[in-house]
Amino acid sequence: MIARKHLIGTLLLALAGAAAFAGDAIAVAQKQPLNMTAIGMFFVFVMGTMGITYWAASRTKSTADFYTAGGGITGFQNGLAIAGDYMSAATLLGLSAMTFSKGLDGFIYAIGFFVGWPVILFLMAERLRNLGKFTFADIASYRLDQGTIRTFAAFGSLTVVCFYLIVQMVGAGQLIKLLFGLDYATAVVVVGVLMVVYVTFGGMIATTWVQIIKACLMLFGGTVLLFLSLSQFGFSLETAAQKAVEVHKDGIKLMGTGTLMADPITAVSLSLGLVFGTAGLPHIMMRFFTVPNAKEARKSVFVASGCIGYFFMVVCALGLMAIVIVGTNPEFYEGGNIAGKLIGGGNMPVMHLSKAVGGNLFLGFMSAVAFATILAVVSGLALAGASAIAHDIYARVIRKGTATETEEMRVSKFATVGLGVVAVLLGILFEKQNIAFLVGLTFGIAASTNFPILILSMYWRGLTTRGALLGGLVGLISAVTLVVLSKAVWVVVLGNAAAIFPYEQPALFSMPLAFFFTWLFSVTDNSARSKIDKAGFDDQYVRSQTGIGAAGASAH
Amino acid sequence: MSAEIYKKVRANPRFSELEGKRSRFAYLLTAIVLITYYALMMLVAFAPEVLRTPISEGSMLTVGVPIGASIIIGSWLLTGWFVSRSNGEFDQINNEIIREASK
Repeated sequence: MIARKHLIGTLLLALAGAAAFAGDAIAVAQKQPLNMTAIGMFFVFVMGTMGITYWAASRTKSTADFYTAGGGITGFQNGLAIAGDYMSAATLLGLSAMTFSKGLDGFIYAIGFFVGWPVILFLMAERLRNLGKFTFADIASYRLDQGTIRTFAAFGSLTVVCFYLIVQMVGAGQLIKLLFGLDYATAVVVVGVLMVVYVTFGGMIATTWVQIIKACLMLFGGTVLLFLSLSQFGFSLETAAQKAVEVHKDGIKLMGTGTLMADPITAVSLSLGLVFGTAGLPHIMMRFFTVPNAKEARKSVFVASGCIGYFFMVVCALGLMAIVIVGTNPEFYEGGNIAGKLIGGGNMPVMHLSKAVGGNLFLGFMSAVAFATILAVVSGLALAGASAIAHDIYARVIRKGTATETEEMRVSKFATVGLGVVAVLLGILFEKQNIAFLVGLTFGIAASTNFPILILSMYWRGLTTRGALLGGLVGLISAVTLVVLSKAVWVVVLGNAAAIFPYEQPALFSMPLAFFFTWLFSVTDNSARSKIDKAGFDDQYVRSQTGIGAAGASAH
Repeated sequence: MSAEIYKKVRANPRFSELEGKRSRFAYLLTAIVLITYYALMMLVAFAPEVLRTPISEGSMLTVGVPIGASIIIGSWLLTGWFVSRSNGEFDQINNEIIREASK
């Protein structure tokens, strides 16, 4: 049905880009006719969120308001916002496309996207909330040397944020050509400007509400689409499966797992990168600081994982039904040939499904939702990047805590504008580039640099400044090296014949290396600093467990 | 002021009791989720025919569908259990410990 090469690209990207829209980034999309309904609905979304930003601006007075909405977001709201951050265009388009072409395999992959959340809750949510204030570097450097570890952690955050922003920008550009029929550059500039406006004026309050609204729209759209599609099968998934098996070229194999998992090492490495990479993404961690206490932090993961799990199951069911509704309709294929290519490419089944069961108006709605998704993610990223620059590097490392709130706010706003300009320029620069490797890199670095430092600083007394720095560097260097040696860079970008590193995601190898060297350089560390590092653990531990001394909600 | 409280909390035997109970619970649930997930991945990799079994005679839905769905729903229910126990039972002990320490 779809060219195999494109399909595999879609799969890997959709998998690796849990919170990204990356699926279409691999293939330069073909511009579609202008879709005024979608543009109109997107305009309504922008107007609504601008109204919220205006309101949020009046409530954003201190740095705490700016970075974490003053810790005043409820667990339920934060849960929706996390879900909004995580249910990306890649999951909507990519996962449904996977089920559309590969059946049950798509569903198995979706589970890999999901299982990270319970683990984050059990092991991290409470401690993140109790120890953190504004950034993940706050936790990493809690008892370690401020100058060294904070700088390193902030650098890790910024690297992840920048790579991820490029992925999002290129995704936005490709998506707007497909869904709205507008130019690539228009999309990149629109996304960049809106992102800067949301963040500089409305800070975390506006960003949170953009994410909440987007999550609700996506859950609503997905549910309506599920209902409309199921109605064509007498509300029986069994009937849908039967028809799908009849018309799909794989027949009965569709409902079993197939060739995708032929290589368990690839699968395990990808899922490790996904699970622990998610736990190491600065904009995801930052969400835990927006709630007043650990209780609400836990609740928010419960709400988020409920929404995410539900949404993933809906998306996979949509993919299955699209096999029958879209896959047998020549209207959705180039030249009306159902053995050929889908119009707009392999990621489009769910969009075609929207049109088939809900007409043009509903297609417009779903397109606007898919595009709004990108705004929610980039705003979170910009905020995380700005906090790393203004809070960690400027206020803590350069000014050593002597900067006033006003000065720090000013720097964070400049930082946001700077990030916006960089993102737009890089987005345009990378238009024709194959950026698949950036997704692997983002998650690889998050899982092998940010995550080990974070988890060890919370759980292991023996971690020292030297161990965290050198172990983190090993993680960073090995993740980058392995990605460069993998197919995405070595073959696709550099034009070599075969990849030296045969897997897409380096986490299975770079994560253990990071952990091992962090351990090694910590246990062999007998410096005076290492004694301070270890001595700080007891108090940190009590705080992480009880919440005594944790940053509270600001008074308003 | 905090340092003093931290010391008192550490000296409280109920703190280590709570901490042990809470950590064991968290590790247990983490193990359940990860072992189930990686067991599924092993099935997919080494015994794919298992997942191709139809859920009933003549059905086109295979057991892979309910198994996958129950992993998602099951681990979500575990998060619910974790949250209710942490926010209820554990937080209550936690608050008592904090109260005792702040005296």
